[in-house]
Amino acid sequence: MTDHQSLFFRKFGITPHDLQRYLSEALSAGGEYADLYFEYLTSTSISVDESMVKSATQGISAGCGVRVVAGERTGYAYTDDLAPEKILRAARTAALIARGPAQQPVQSLKESASHQLYQVSSPAADADVAAKLELVMRADQAARAYDPRIIQVQCGYVDELRQILVIGSDGTFASDVQPLARFAMTAIAKSGENSARGQSGGGGRVGIDFFQNEKTPEYFAKEAARQAIIQLDAREAPAGEMEVVLGPGWPGILLHEAIGHGLEADFNRKGTSAFTGMIGKRVASEKCTVVDNGTLPSRRGSINVDDEGSPTQNTVLIEKGILKGYLSDKLSAKLMGMADTGNGRRESYEHIPMPRMTNTYMLAGDDSPEDIIRSVQRGVYAVNFGGGQVDITNGKFVFSTSEAYMIENGKVTAPLKNCTLIGNGPVALTQVSMVGNDLQLDEGVGTCGKDGQSVPVGVGIPTLKLDRMTVGGTAR
Amino acid sequence: MAANTQIVNATETDLRDIATDVVALAMKSGATAAEAIAREGTEFSTVVRLGQVETLKEAGSRGLGLRVFLGQRAASTYSSDFTRDGIDRLVKGALELAKVTSEDPCAGLPGPAQLGSIPGDLQLYFDDVYSLPAEGRIDYARRAERAALDVDPRLTNSEGGSFDASTGHKVLANSLGFVGESRSSYCSVAAIPIAQGGDGAMQRDFWFSVARTLGKLESPEAVGKEAARRTLRRLGARKVASNQVPVVLDPLVAGSILDNIFDAVNGNAVYRQSSFLAGKLGEKIAGNSVTLIDDGTMPGGFGTSPFDGEGVPSQRTLVIDKGVLKSYLLNSYAARKLGLTTTGNASRGLTGNPGIGSGNFFLQPGTRTREQIIGEIKNGFYVTEFLGFGVNLVTGDFSRGASGLWIENGTLTFPVEEVTVAGNLKDMLNNISEIGSDLEFRGSTACPTLRIEGMTIAGE
Repeated sequence: MTDHQSLFFRKFGITPHDLQRYLSEALSAGGEYADLYFEYLTSTSISVDESMVKSATQGISAGCGVRVVAGERTGYAYTDDLAPEKILRAARTAALIARGPAQQPVQSLKESASHQLYQVSSPAADADVAAKLELVMRADQAARAYDPRIIQVQCGYVDELRQILVIGSDGTFASDVQPLARFAMTAIAKSGENSARGQSGGGGRVGIDFFQNEKTPEYFAKEAARQAIIQLDAREAPAGEMEVVLGPGWPGILLHEAIGHGLEADFNRKGTSAFTGMIGKRVASEKCTVVDNGTLPSRRGSINVDDEGSPTQNTVLIEKGILKGYLSDKLSAKLMGMADTGNGRRESYEHIPMPRMTNTYMLAGDDSPEDIIRSVQRGVYAVNFGGGQVDITNGKFVFSTSEAYMIENGKVTAPLKNCTLIGNGPVALTQVSMVGNDLQLDEGVGTCGKDGQSVPVGVGIPTLKLDRMTVGGTAR
Repeated sequence: MAANTQIVNATETDLRDIATDVVALAMKSGATAAEAIAREGTEFSTVVRLGQVETLKEAGSRGLGLRVFLGQRAASTYSSDFTRDGIDRLVKGALELAKVTSEDPCAGLPGPAQLGSIPGDLQLYFDDVYSLPAEGRIDYARRAERAALDVDPRLTNSEGGSFDASTGHKVLANSLGFVGESRSSYCSVAAIPIAQGGDGAMQRDFWFSVARTLGKLESPEAVGKEAARRTLRRLGARKVASNQVPVVLDPLVAGSILDNIFDAVNGNAVYRQSSFLAGKLGEKIAGNSVTLIDDGTMPGGFGTSPFDGEGVPSQRTLVIDKGVLKSYLLNSYAARKLGLTTTGNASRGLTGNPGIGSGNFFLQPGTRTREQIIGEIKNGFYVTEFLGFGVNLVTGDFSRGASGLWIENGTLTFPVEEVTVAGNLKDMLNNISEIGSDLEFRGSTACPTLRIEGMTIAGE
C-alpha cells in the first residue's frame, strides 16, 4: 500500500474490512453498483492587491461520498465526518435509491491501473508560504514596472493537494494524490478617461518550482500589463458574420463549448444533446481532428485516474471531420453499451460524478499562421478569450474575446473591444478552412462548470480560420 | 480501529460555543482581533426524468472559518474538523500565516458601535421544507415534469423535474463581543422540458419556483406549464440580420443586468478602480426613471439577513435615486478605503477576507405592463435568454449571446437565436426607456421588464 492510500487508513482509522462493510450497506437495498469516494483536500491561497498581501488562507476539507446505482437511478449521500457510523449512515441513505433485497455482492478489491502524470518532486502545497508570497509580490512589481499607465494590479496564487481513494463494489480500488497550482492576475491601465483590463494566468499539476523556473511571475505580469495597455486603444468590434481567425492555445475554448459538452455521454444517452445520434456523421471540415486527452503530463486537465477510479485516456472525438466518440463515465458506459473513457469526474466528495472533459484540443494542421492571416480580407483575429457557455440542446455556444484585432487586407490592424462570438456547435467546425501548424495548449487556467460542479480542464488549438462566424460587436 | 481524536458532533453541539471558543482561543494565542464563523447545513435534492427518479441526494455538512489579525496583518483558515485538535490547528495555522502577510492600514473588524443584529423574526427559517416525506418530495419533482410534458406532444424529452430543499444555521462571533446567529431555509421546484420541432431541431428552457417555506412554493403544475410555454415558443428559432432596434428584456434577463450593476457598485471594484462607476458618486448615471435599492431587511427576502458577514446589521440602501448614483455597497474594509461608512453588505464564506454581497437588490417598478411595453414597438427584440459572460466591468462593454422573440407591430412573432446583443452598460443605464410593473422576487436580485434603446444585434 502506498503512502497516500494509507492516509485514510492511518489518519481516519479506516480498515479494509470497514470498506467492505460500507459497500455492503450501500448495496443492502438491491443496488447494482456502489462506490465510496474519500477525499482529503488541503489548499493555500495568497493574493496581492494594491501591492499588499491582504489575505492568505489555508484550509482543509475532508469527507466521503457514497453513491449507489440501480439502473438509471443514482442515490447519493456524503459526510464530512469520517467516523464509521457516519459513513454507514450515508451508505444507508444512498442505498434507498433501490428497493428490494440485496442482490449484488461486493467484488474483491483490486488496485486500478494508473498513470504517473505529475512530475512534481515536492508538491506546492508543502512549500513555504514565504516562497509563495514572494511570487505574488514579484508579479505585482513587474506589472507596475511594465508601464506607468498600469494603475492597479491584483494577483492571486492558489495551490491544492487532493488525496482521493475510490472504492467500488465492482472491485475498483484506486487512489491518487493530485497536486494543482494556479497563478492568476489582473492589471488595470488608465490613460485620461480610458480604462482597460488585462488578465493572465497559468499553472497545472506542478510544484512551486514551475513558477520559479518555467512560467515566472514576471511572465504573467508582462502578459496582463501588455493586454491592458493594448486595450486602452481598442475600438468598437464589428457586428455580423465574417471570417474569424483564432490564435493558438486558450482560444481552444471554441472546442470545449462548440463540441466538447455536446459529446458528453450523459446528454447523448438521454437524447438531449444537439449531437445525439451523430456518431459517424460529418461535424467538422476534414482538416479537423479533435481529442480529449487526460493523460498529458503536468497539465491542469490531466489526472492519473478519474473520480470513479478509472485510468484517464486519450479519446478521439472527431477524426478528419467525422464524429467518432463520446466522453463517458461508468454509468453512461454501462447504459449505452460503450467503453468507459475515464471521464467520470466530480468537484468534491459532495458531488455525484458525471462525464466531464479533461484536456480538449485539435491536432495541428499544415498551414502557417502567417498564411492564415494573409488569406483574410476583412475579419477578426481573436487571440485571447474570457469565458464561454453552450446550450447543449440547441447547440448554440458563445465565447468572449479579451484580446482581438481587426484583420484588413491580410494584415492585423486595430485592437478591438471585448465582444462575444456566437455559433452553432454541430456546424461551427465545418467552417474551418485552414488549420495552423502551431498547436498550443492553454497556460493552465481553465475551470469548467456543469450542473453546478467545477472541475479544472485544459484546451488547445493551432491557429484556425473559420470562414464564417457571428461577431457580436457594436460597429456597423 | 478508532480515530485517535475525540469527535465533537456539531449537530449536537452549540455552534455558538464553538464560534466563541475559537475566538477566545485565537485571542489567548496572541491575536489582536479575531472573527469566527461556524455553520452547518442540510441539503436534499431529487431529479425525476421521464417519470423515473434519476437522482436522490441527501446530506449534512458543517464548516468552521477563522480570521485573525496581528495588528494590521490578517490571515484566515478553514476546516470541517470540529475536534479539539482540529480547532487547535485552525488557530495555530491562522496566526502563523498572519505573521507573513502585509501591514494594511485599512485592515480590521468594523467599529464596535457598528456591530449588531436586526431583532425579531425576519421569517428566514421554516422547518416545513422537510415536512414532506421523501416520497412527497419526489412527487413534487414528478408533478412538475409531468405538467410540462402534458402541455404539448412536441415536448418529447426532458432534463427532468426537480425538488430541492436546504437549511442552514450559522453563528458569527468576533473579539469585540459580537455573537450573531441565524437560520435559513429554502425549497424549490423546477422543470426543464425539451421540445422537438418539425425540422428535428430541439429546444429546451426551464421554469422554477423558490421559497423559504413549502407553503409559499408555487404548485409544481404551475411551474411545469410555464416551463413548457417558455420551451415551446423557442421552436423554429432563426437568426436575424444585424440591426439596431429597441430591446425588451424579460425580467429574469433584466435581472442579470442588475447583477452587472451590482458588480459595478461593489465597493471592492470601486476602490480598485476596476468599475466603470468608480468616481461617479453623486453623478447622474441613468435615466430619471431609474431608482435602484438594496434592502437586506425585507422579511422573508432571499437576500435578507439579520447581520452581514462582519456582524453589521443589514440595512436598506438607496443606490441610484432617479438616475443619480447615491451610494456604493460596502463592507467595512471598502468603506475605510473610500472614506465612507459600511452599508452592511459584507459577505463571508468560510475563507478569506469578507467580500461584498447584495441584500435584496431591485429596480423600482414602473406602472406599465410587459404587454403595453411590447405593444408600442414596431420592430424590436424581446430577449428571454442571455448566454455567456461577455461583460467588462472596467469599461462597461457588454456583448452577450441572446435568444428570444422578434417584435413586429407590437406583437411577439417568430423566435430568434444565435445572435448577440451588444452595447455599453454606461449607455444602457441612460437608455432604459421603459420599466415594467412586473417586479417579482425569484432570488435576491429582481428586475421588472426593461426596454433599452440603442443596442446592436449581431446576426446574419
